[in-house]
Amino acid sequence: MDTLISVRDLVVGFGQRTVLNGVSFDVRQGEIFGFVGGSGSGKSVLLRTIIGLLPVREGTIEVLGTELSQASEQARQAIQRRWGVLFQQGALFSSLTVIQNVQFPLREFLNLSPGLLDDIARVKLEMVGIKADDHNKLPSELSGGMTKRVALARSLAMDPELVFLDEPTSGLDPISAGDFDELIKTLQKTLGLTVFMITHDLETLHAVCDRIGVLADGKIVACGPMETILKSTHPWAVSYFHGRRGGALAARHLTKAE
Amino acid sequence: MLRSAAARPPSLVQTELNGSISLAAAGSWTAANVHELERFIEEARATCGGHRLAAVGAGGITELDTFGATLLSQLTLVSSTAGPPARIVDLEDRFVDLYAQVHRFSAVPHAPAERHNDLVVRLEALGKATVSAIHDLASLAAMLGQICVAFTRTLLRPSSFRLTSAVHHLDRVAWQAVPIILLITFLIGAIIAQQGIFHFRKFGADEYVVDMVGILVLREIGVLIVAIMVAGRSGSSYTAELGSMKMREEIDALQTMGLDPVEVLILPRVIALIIALPILTFLGSMSALYGGELVCWLYGGMAPDIFIARLKEAISITHFKVGMIKSPFMALVIGAVACAQGLKVKGSSESLGLETTASVVKAIFLVIVLDGVFAIFFASIDM
Ligand SMILES: Nc1ncnc2c1ncn2[C@@H]1O[C@H](COP(=O)(O)OP(=O)(O)O)[C@@H](O)[C@H]1O
Ligand SMILES: [Mg+2]
Repeated sequence: MDTLISVRDLVVGFGQRTVLNGVSFDVRQGEIFGFVGGSGSGKSVLLRTIIGLLPVREGTIEVLGTELSQASEQARQAIQRRWGVLFQQGALFSSLTVIQNVQFPLREFLNLSPGLLDDIARVKLEMVGIKADDHNKLPSELSGGMTKRVALARSLAMDPELVFLDEPTSGLDPISAGDFDELIKTLQKTLGLTVFMITHDLETLHAVCDRIGVLADGKIVACGPMETILKSTHPWAVSYFHGRRGGALAARHLTKAE
Repeated sequence: MLRSAAARPPSLVQTELNGSISLAAAGSWTAANVHELERFIEEARATCGGHRLAAVGAGGITELDTFGATLLSQLTLVSSTAGPPARIVDLEDRFVDLYAQVHRFSAVPHAPAERHNDLVVRLEALGKATVSAIHDLASLAAMLGQICVAFTRTLLRPSSFRLTSAVHHLDRVAWQAVPIILLITFLIGAIIAQQGIFHFRKFGADEYVVDMVGILVLREIGVLIVAIMVAGRSGSSYTAELGSMKMREEIDALQTMGLDPVEVLILPRVIALIIALPILTFLGSMSALYGGELVCWLYGGMAPDIFIARLKEAISITHFKVGMIKSPFMALVIGAVACAQGLKVKGSSESLGLETTASVVKAIFLVIVLDGVFAIFFASIDM
């Protein structure tokens, strides 16, 4: 299987403070890679570093076969068009309507006829479950769950090979979160996506992730499918996956595996 | 994405059999070829329009993404004859899910955009603009009223006044504005004096430059320039601050805690402006007179003590009072306009920009109108 993201000995920090200290992992083609860690452990920092918004202190990051820090401007732009990013707060353009938000990348990068532009954007929005009534709303008129769905539709606008999701289900009620998990799984299958997903949601990790990376103390302390993670002895992983909320799910997972 | 190594140019071949047409799609139906694909659809629509479209063969498709799938789904609808839409046949298994998903949503016909009469549209825009102008006036009046109410309440309960906040804003709108106000009014005073000397000299009336500079600066220019500067500098920042707080629901949060946003956010800002503007007007007027004096001396050859003596004769305390009396009212108008605009901001960053611009434009306009009203008032009471 191809490796789409390959991070080696990554060090990232702000000023005196080192947030990531020697992070290494791979994301393979066609999988949903879940990423967990405590609040403030540096998950968003890692994502922003991978997509090139933060500078790398040491180590290498290879995405879609190219090392971005070494690549030319052109090569980097070509790569950027092959991925989509769902930011933690949605980051929709507040002065554009829902459908215009989805059309924005299409308009910028492809020279489509207006009719097709509308059709494609409508298809993408319907795919993530946004109904036609809501297509002309402004982002400020959306609920939290809808904002995430629109942001997902926008990140999928260009038919990316790879999508980065930063806590897509945080702030949603369990049912919406469950629906969102289903949605990601379906889209991943139909569109053949590779998904890199940061999440706090144990349900999500159990339900949709093929492999999981656990970040603690600036390092990856466990990485692999759920079974491997549940066997990890790192104190944070133990308290997270076998603690008050994780324990029941872990038990269920293990019985299912047997 | 389902990108195989087999990236081939797309194609669409038509075959006619017993009056019904069959299409065969092949190659890469992807975003990269979307222009060609759109052309295929147009051609198919033109040639198949009147015929029955039996089926679309998709066995030759080597690459498919959502763009291609959308167009493929549109292809099934190109025939305008009655009967069921054409079916897609022979699509490779790995594309079937994707096509089914896209087809489910793209086949839904959507209502065409409504067309409007041009004249009606313009009339509507005019009507909307008129109504919104009236609303603007009403909201300004409402803001002034709310500020008065909040002020009265604070007078009754002085401990509820946000002194720290007012002092903080005073620092920003008064103290930090001093250098730029001094510089600009200095230059304006100097320019007026220079123009005066240049033109009055032709009549041998050099001395009257002092009258002109003194009266103009103290009565009108000093306070106007300062008010316009403050509207641009502090009014805009008030609007932007309140607007972005409105955008992020901070003002709603305040309200639900049982606090009055006017009392907490707006009153300290407006009071800071009302204190700041007279101070800045005074400093600005002095700086303008100083600029005028320097020019009279260096450019017009009038010794400073002559300038001062002449100034004493030309102006009276009345002129000074006229300027100073106007300034707090101008401050109130600037503050009320800025805050009213700030609270009008909706959820988007565009509306934040619009309201900030509107705040500055309206504040400057109203300051000048107010200046005119005061001119009539002072003339009628002989000041
Ligand atoms: N721009 C920044 N400047 C300084 N410190 C930052 C910056 N961004 C993040 N940090 C710090 O990095 C740490 C990790 O943050 P983040 O990756 O956002 O956490 P999370 O894992 O919850 O997403 C936090 O302690 C945060 O304070
Ligand atoms: Mg985060």
